Amino acid sequence: MAAVSTTDLASADKLETHKTRQARIYGFVLIGLAALVAIVFALESAGEATFRLSHPRDTWVVPNLVVPAAPFNFLAAAVLALLGVRQFMRGGSKWSMISIAAGCAIAVAAFLVWATAGKSFSLTGMLSATVVAAVPIALGGLAGVLSERVAVVNIAIEGMLLAGAFTGALMGSLLGGWGGLLCAVIVGGMFGFILAALVVTYRMDQIIAGVVINLFVLGVTSYVSSQVFSEYRALNNAPVFRAWKIPFLGDIPVIGSVLFNQNLFVYGAVILVCVATYYLFHTRYGLRARSVGEHPRAADTLGINVYSTRYINVTLAGMVAGFGGAWFTLGSVGRFDENMTGGLGYIGLAAMIFGRWHPVGALMAALIFGFADSLQQKLAIVRTPIPSEFLAMAPYIATIVVVAGFVGRSRPPAADGKPYVKE
Amino acid sequence: MTDTSNRDTLTAKLLQRAAPGRAEFEDLVIVPIFAVIVALIVGALVMLATAVDIQTIGRSYLALLQGSVGSINSLSETLTSAIPLVLAGLGLALGFRAGLFNIGAEGQIIVGGIAAVIVGFSFPGMPWIIHLPLALLAGAVAGGLYASIAGWLRAATGAHEVISTIMLNLISYRLLDYMLGLTWMQREGRSDPVSKSVVPSAELPRLLTDIDPNLRLHAGIFVMIGAVILVYWLLFKTKTGFEFRASGENPDAARYAGMRASLIIVLAMATAGALAGLAGANQVLGVLERATPGFSAGIGFDAISVALLGRSHPIGVLFAGLLFGALEAGGRQMQVDAGVSIDLIGIIQALIIVFIAAPLLVRAIFPWGFRKPAERKE
Repeated sequence: MAAVSTTDLASADKLETHKTRQARIYGFVLIGLAALVAIVFALESAGEATFRLSHPRDTWVVPNLVVPAAPFNFLAAAVLALLGVRQFMRGGSKWSMISIAAGCAIAVAAFLVWATAGKSFSLTGMLSATVVAAVPIALGGLAGVLSERVAVVNIAIEGMLLAGAFTGALMGSLLGGWGGLLCAVIVGGMFGFILAALVVTYRMDQIIAGVVINLFVLGVTSYVSSQVFSEYRALNNAPVFRAWKIPFLGDIPVIGSVLFNQNLFVYGAVILVCVATYYLFHTRYGLRARSVGEHPRAADTLGINVYSTRYINVTLAGMVAGFGGAWFTLGSVGRFDENMTGGLGYIGLAAMIFGRWHPVGALMAALIFGFADSLQQKLAIVRTPIPSEFLAMAPYIATIVVVAGFVGRSRPPAADGKPYVKE
Repeated sequence: MTDTSNRDTLTAKLLQRAAPGRAEFEDLVIVPIFAVIVALIVGALVMLATAVDIQTIGRSYLALLQGSVGSINSLSETLTSAIPLVLAGLGLALGFRAGLFNIGAEGQIIVGGIAAVIVGFSFPGMPWIIHLPLALLAGAVAGGLYASIAGWLRAATGAHEVISTIMLNLISYRLLDYMLGLTWMQREGRSDPVSKSVVPSAELPRLLTDIDPNLRLHAGIFVMIGAVILVYWLLFKTKTGFEFRASGENPDAARYAGMRASLIIVLAMATAGALAGLAGANQVLGVLERATPGFSAGIGFDAISVALLGRSHPIGVLFAGLLFGALEAGGRQMQVDAGVSIDLIGIIQALIIVFIAAPLLVRAIFPWGFRKPAERKE
C-alpha cells in the first residue's frame, strides 16, 4: 500500500471509484438479502420460533427465547434494506465492512427463525457445537499462520492433523490420555520438522512437499489401521478428555455452557491463539520470524539465521497441528478411523487466509466455519424444506463467498512459498 | 558447464536444450529408478514394522509385479486404471504450467461423470457414433465449466484457487449424493443411490473381449492417447500454450508483454477441468456404466501426484500415470494374494514422489551414480 501515498491524483480517483464500486456491490448484496428474507422467510413463516437457552439441569435456568416468526423476519428485512440503501447513499466508508457483516448475521438469524418457526431449537446446544467444531479448524489455521509467517506454505496441515489423530489414538491406548496427547504433539512436530527439512534443506517445491506429506500420512495411518488395528482392537481404544467445567464462570447462563464447560482442546486452542499472537507480534523472536517471511535476504543480512528460524517455526506449527489432530481421537471418540480428518486441514488453510494470516483472525474464521457446520447438523434434525445435501454444502459455499468477496487480494507474507538460498 | 561468464552460461543453456545432456539423463532416468527402489525398500520396512514376516513381504512384492505386468489381464487392468489418472493428470499439469494449483480434479471428475451419465442414459436409440462423442463432450464441458468457476473467481476477485477448488470438491460430493436421489436419475426399482445404467450406444466399447470377456480395457485408451498429443500440441506448439507457460513462469512479465492474465487463468482452468471431466466420463462410460456414490474414488488426488511425478510434461504424465496404474492394479493383486492392505501402495506412491521431487535428497542418499554437485553446476 506504500505506493498509494505517492501516486498522483488520477489513480487516487481510480481508487475512489473502486471503493464506491465495492460499496455498490455490497449494497446490492444487502438489498438482495432483504428481498430474500422478506419474500421467502417472512411470508412463509407462521407461529413462533422457540430457542432454548439452557438445560433444565443448569444452575440458573433461563427462560426460553420466543420469537414471533413473521414479524421478526419483516423487521429483519427492513433493517437489511435500510443498510443496503445506506450503502448506496454514503457507501465506501469504513462502515461498509461492518454493515455487510451485520447484514449477514441478520440474514442468518432470519433463516434460523424461519427454520424453527412453530418448533423449538436449542440455541446453546448449537453454539456449543460451534465452538467444538471450530477447534480443529482453528488449530489447523494457527499451524498455517505459524509456518506461512516464515514463508513456508503449509499444505501439510491435513497430514499433520491426521498424524496427530492417529498417534493420539495409538499412544493414548497404550499410555493413557496425557501420554497420547504428548506423543501426538511430538509426532506433529516431527512432521513439521520433515516439511522444513524437505523445503529448506532439500529445496523441494513447498506445495509438492505438503501434498506428499499428506499422502504419506494418509498411507501409513490407513495401512496400520487396516493391517493392525483391525486385529488388535485394544490398540485403538484411547481414553477421552471429558468436558471440564470452570468453576463459577461455567455457571453463567448461555455463555457459561458454550465457552466454559468444554474439554481441554477448546481451552488449549484459545490459549495457543493468545500465545501465538503474543509471540508473533510482541516478542523479538516473532519479529525475526516475520522478517524472515517478508524479506529473508534482509533478515539474513541483519544476522538472523533464516534456515533455523524456518525450521523452528515450521516445527512449532507441526506441534500445534498435532495437538489439533489429537482432538479427533482424544477429544471426541477415542478411536481412529481411516482419513478421519476428512479435509478439515484444508478448511483450516481457508480459515488462515480468511483470517488474513493472523492467529486471532484464523480463530474467528474457524468459528464462522464451525457455526456453518453445526447449523447444518442441527437443521437436519429440525427438518426444513431444503434438501439436507444443500444445507451440507452451505459451509463450503460460504467459504468460497467469503474468500472471494471479503478477502479478495489479501496479502500473504511477501516471500511466501519461495525457497531461500544463502549466498 | 562450469561457467566463466554470463554469455557462456547462456550459450551452454541454449545448447543444453538442443541436446539433452548427462544432467537430464540423471534427472529423468536415474532419479526415478532410485526413487522406485528406495520406496519399495521403505515399504518393506513398514511391513516389517507391522509384524509382517519376510516370506509374506516377498510374496506381496511378487504379487505386485504379477498384478501389474505379469499377464494380459494385469496389463489390461493397469491400462484401465491409468486412463483416468493420465487424463486428469494432464489437466492438472496444464494448470501447473500456467501457475495454477488446481486441487479440484476430484470435483471436476464427479461433475463430468454426472453429465456423461445423464447423456448416457437419456437418449436410447441414438446411433453410437453420435451418442458416445456427445456423452464424452458433456463430461468435458461440465468439468470445464465447473473448473472455470474457480478460474473466474481467481481472475475476478483474487480468491486463491487452492481454497476454491477444495470447496468445489466438497460441494460436488454433496451434489452427487443429491443427484443420485432424484427420481429421474435413480435406477428404477432401487432405493439405494445408484443412477440409471448407460445405454450400450454411449458405452466406451471394451477392446479385448475377443481374448477374454473379463478384460476391462476399453476404448478410453484412445481418448487418453489423443489427449496426451493434444495437450502436448497445445502447450508447446500454440500461442495459447505459450501464454499459459509464460504466465506460469512469470505472471508480471506476461502481463507487461500484453497477455490478458484473467483470460489465461479462466482458459487454463477450463481446459484442465475439461480433461478431468473427460476422466470422469471415461470412468462412468467405460468402467462402471453408471454413477454410484464416491465413483471418483480419489482419482483426482492421485492425479495430483501423477502430474507432479510427470513434471507437468504430457509425456511424463503419461508414464507417471502408467506407473500409478500399475501400482494400483498390482496393489489389488497384493491384497488378495498376500493379505497385505492396499493402503501400502499409498505409502509407496508418496515416497516415490518425495524422492523424485527432491533430487537433492536422492543425491544425499546415493552419492554414487551421480556426478559431483560442483561438476553439474549450471
